[in-house]
Amino acid sequence: MTAEDSSIEALGALADPVRRALYRYVAGAPEEVGRDAAAEAAGVSRSLAAFHLDKLVAAGLLAVSYRRPDGRGGPGAGRPAKLYRRAEEEFAVALPPRDYGGAGRLLAEVVERAGLDRELQAAARAAGSADPAPDVPAALAERGYAPFPDGEVVRLRNCPFHALAEEFPALVCGMNLALLEGLAGAEWTPVMDPGAGRCCVALSKNNNH
Amino acid sequence: MTAPQAAVPAPVVPAPAVPAPTSGHQLAQVNVGRTVAPLDSPELAGFMDQLAEINALAERSPGFVWRLVDDTGADATGLHPDPDDGLLQINCSVWQSVEALREYVYRSDHLRVLARRREWFQRPDGAHQAMWWVPAGHRPSVAEAMARIALIRDHGPGPEAFTFREPHPAPDAR
Repeated sequence: MTAEDSSIEALGALADPVRRALYRYVAGAPEEVGRDAAAEAAGVSRSLAAFHLDKLVAAGLLAVSYRRPDGRGGPGAGRPAKLYRRAEEEFAVALPPRDYGGAGRLLAEVVERAGLDRELQAAARAAGSADPAPDVPAALAERGYAPFPDGEVVRLRNCPFHALAEEFPALVCGMNLALLEGLAGAEWTPVMDPGAGRCCVALSKNNNH
Repeated sequence: MTAPQAAVPAPVVPAPAVPAPTSGHQLAQVNVGRTVAPLDSPELAGFMDQLAEINALAERSPGFVWRLVDDTGADATGLHPDPDDGLLQINCSVWQSVEALREYVYRSDHLRVLARRREWFQRPDGAHQAMWWVPAGHRPSVAEAMARIALIRDHGPGPEAFTFREPHPAPDAR
């Protein structure tokens, strides 16, 4: 089976609308989620959710861990809950085959070597502001950032540039911050706020609006 | 951590598995960078304003061991790794592990400064950084650190001088 075949097979698991709803809920959640919450979000029974969640795990799209609720442990605490989270692996199928990731890596390498951080940030800021969004969180969701509210700020569960950001963090995270500064307009202030397992930028709402 | 760390980072790839640090060795790192103007110029004000804060952040980061400072004890801006180059700054420190250093450099508030590196530092012309393992408690000198950068410049990365891109395990973990 080729890599394309395995990707198509994995993504094929999402053809079912219930599975798609479950996947989107789990992938966008700030933390691992249990069956009950996933079932409620997808509007299906707990047993049906459990069935489909495990299909998504088998396809490699979700990962599983077992944990007791906080504060419970030892004898009598019962069975640990099965919790789901987005798998680390990336799946992409482009038909006909396209390799924008490979092109992006080469371009990043050259931009890095040439020290063109500021030029890249200017282009990213312009690209962000060329497309003003009336509803910034919705625009972030549409661009794949998986925003979620965390107190006063909006954090981003997903980095759309993940692999490049790992390889060229200063360059790509700086580009991303500038892009979001352009996109956010006057209503939101994006700030660098790196943390494990999420985008390096968070947004706070400006008080004067 | 001092100035050039913020300015001249390593390109990295997703971390290969690096064995856990052993008590016998610690990770030394050095990088150098040429500022775009003297440190007391308006061009560098935005950087100098953040230097103390970012050094303090390094010192309270998990796995931090030591950083090179000049006679003032505050930072390394008074050290001149190349007497003929008044703009060349050095940054040198010791950490418990490659992962500890990576967390600070790329996954802390330090990233905020790093993303602005080209406002303050010229793009490097050739090798400008190195990591190497030192016996626990060893404090590298400027000359020792510069020699490690020269190793990468002359021979490419290896166990004696490497970067985030290809970390090498500590000698007693090999």
